[in-house]
Amino acid sequence: MMAAPLLQADGLVRHYRLRHGTFGHSAMVRAVDGLSLLLERGETLGLVGESGCGKSTTGRLLIGLERPDAGTINFAGETMPPEGHARWRRLRTRIQMVFQDPLGALNRRLTVGTQIAEPLDIHRLGCKSERAERVNVLLADVGLRPDHAARYPHELSGGQRQRAVLARALATDPDLIVCDEPVSALNVSIQAQVINLLADLKDRRRMAMIFISHDLRVVRQISDRIAVMYLGRIVEEGLSDLVLRDPLHPYSRALVSAVPVPGHRRERTILRGDPPNPAARPSGCAFHPRCPAALPLCAQIVPELRLSRNGTAGRLPHR
Amino acid sequence: MSDISAGQVPSPSMTRKLLWRRDRAVQIAILWLVLMLAIAVFADRLAPYDYAALDLRNRLAAHIIFGGNVEHLLGSDELGRDVLARLLISIRMSLLIAFGATLVGAFVGTLLGFLAAHFRGWVEQLILACVDFQASMPFLILALAVLAFFGNSLPLFVALLGLHGWERYARVSRALAMSSTAQGYVMAVRQLGAGPWRLYLRHVLPNIASTLIVTMTLAFPEIILLESGLSFLGLGVQPPLTSLGNMVGYGRDYLTRAPWILVLPSLVISLTTLSISLLGDWLRDRLDKTLS
Repeated sequence: MMAAPLLQADGLVRHYRLRHGTFGHSAMVRAVDGLSLLLERGETLGLVGESGCGKSTTGRLLIGLERPDAGTINFAGETMPPEGHARWRRLRTRIQMVFQDPLGALNRRLTVGTQIAEPLDIHRLGCKSERAERVNVLLADVGLRPDHAARYPHELSGGQRQRAVLARALATDPDLIVCDEPVSALNVSIQAQVINLLADLKDRRRMAMIFISHDLRVVRQISDRIAVMYLGRIVEEGLSDLVLRDPLHPYSRALVSAVPVPGHRRERTILRGDPPNPAARPSGCAFHPRCPAALPLCAQIVPELRLSRNGTAGRLPHR
Repeated sequence: MSDISAGQVPSPSMTRKLLWRRDRAVQIAILWLVLMLAIAVFADRLAPYDYAALDLRNRLAAHIIFGGNVEHLLGSDELGRDVLARLLISIRMSLLIAFGATLVGAFVGTLLGFLAAHFRGWVEQLILACVDFQASMPFLILALAVLAFFGNSLPLFVALLGLHGWERYARVSRALAMSSTAQGYVMAVRQLGAGPWRLYLRHVLPNIASTLIVTMTLAFPEIILLESGLSFLGLGVQPPLTSLGNMVGYGRDYLTRAPWILVLPSLVISLTTLSISLLGDWLRDRLDKTLS
């Protein structure tokens, strides 16, 4: 049982068809384009990249909310069943997702307590009194008071709402939580609280986490490993400290150099141009039009993901 | 109600005055509707005579204001039937039909709208084709056709009027269900493993209920008017049964000699539809308050 990794994704591809106007020709947007990753039990993987690089799509693919057009996902050694399948539904007790906007993720017309108990309700876990008991434990776990259970989402603050969303995600004791930008809708002081809470919870419960964010500071705090995404692909992956201290890929380097460090004036790599349109992906290495280290060859050949020192893998520029 | 005025631009005193005036109107509307409902429930006990009892010696007896006698307070019609008794029974009949038909329409429309939003693909196309068909077909012609083929009975009549306006609920509920599917809470509940029943009944429906209720209050007066219109044409409620529209229709012949037969039912129709519209307007604001 322990032999298989918790989550293994191989060559995931997700395309969206975009049509311009009613009679316009359709274009293919490759939101995720050949993405593979591996997650062990209890491990936290930070998925970073700029907006539109396919982070959130990846998150939805990994928890089975969307079907990949190609590629396979294995969860605990079993393939991900299609959505709506009985096995898929049962799998929901083991995989949970936390969304970016806590107010949107909660139903305005139900109390927080009812919504935290909802996963237990859906999967018929425990009797009524046990569920109420469980809700109280969960509320305490995420730092809410028992009387918060009777409130409605709009009566809570942003941080409290996200805590409530977390409590709901934790209700079934999942093995994996996918957090899609869980703190970017919160202000900075609340962000720190929620991040600490997440770090604390994952240590206590030994659950694995995929943490999707565009904010490197936040990801650094919580991740064991970091994968850097650019235009639907992972360009670099490795232990957090290594990736952040000494990034290999020019894109990761630019990202890392953009994080402000108090008291230091560092040299910044400033990227030229905008992120390319995913419907018209550049040939060869997708990053080459903006890459400070681009060579003519980069426009033709996609660099292989190469292992380098200490197990960090990166799509290195051709040297 | 003063808390509503907090976020609005006009001066507070002015707003309060306007709101007070509107609230007063709503209060009167609610009182009127309660009265109508009470009459509908207790109609047979309140009526002084049987609504079909003939009193041939007192045919076209005048309304008490027009110098009539106390025997028939609101006068009598061409067969000497008591107008007061007929009015009370008519209110019951018309409200029954309007409520029944509104509920039928809301139920059928919302159900089909949800089905379209849930299954998409050819199911959605089929339902939308029906919606377009219904919307482009003059309802009177449809009603004529159905009544001509199937004859007339009260349940059929209610079901038929229920068909009026179902396409609006279907469109509204489909659009709202689809847009709420894109919202976080539906996605969140879906990934918790909830089935479609839980998703639509427990989560989507309460969140779009305010719009549907307002649609219902818009449809309700229309159905009363439609019922009146059909009865006026002799296609609706059949004599000796009576309804408001029916009374107006048959009273028309005696408009000059005995206006009381027609005036009061007409007044009741106008006031009731107006009250429901006011109530719907007010409900819309009340139900949207959670948005702020």
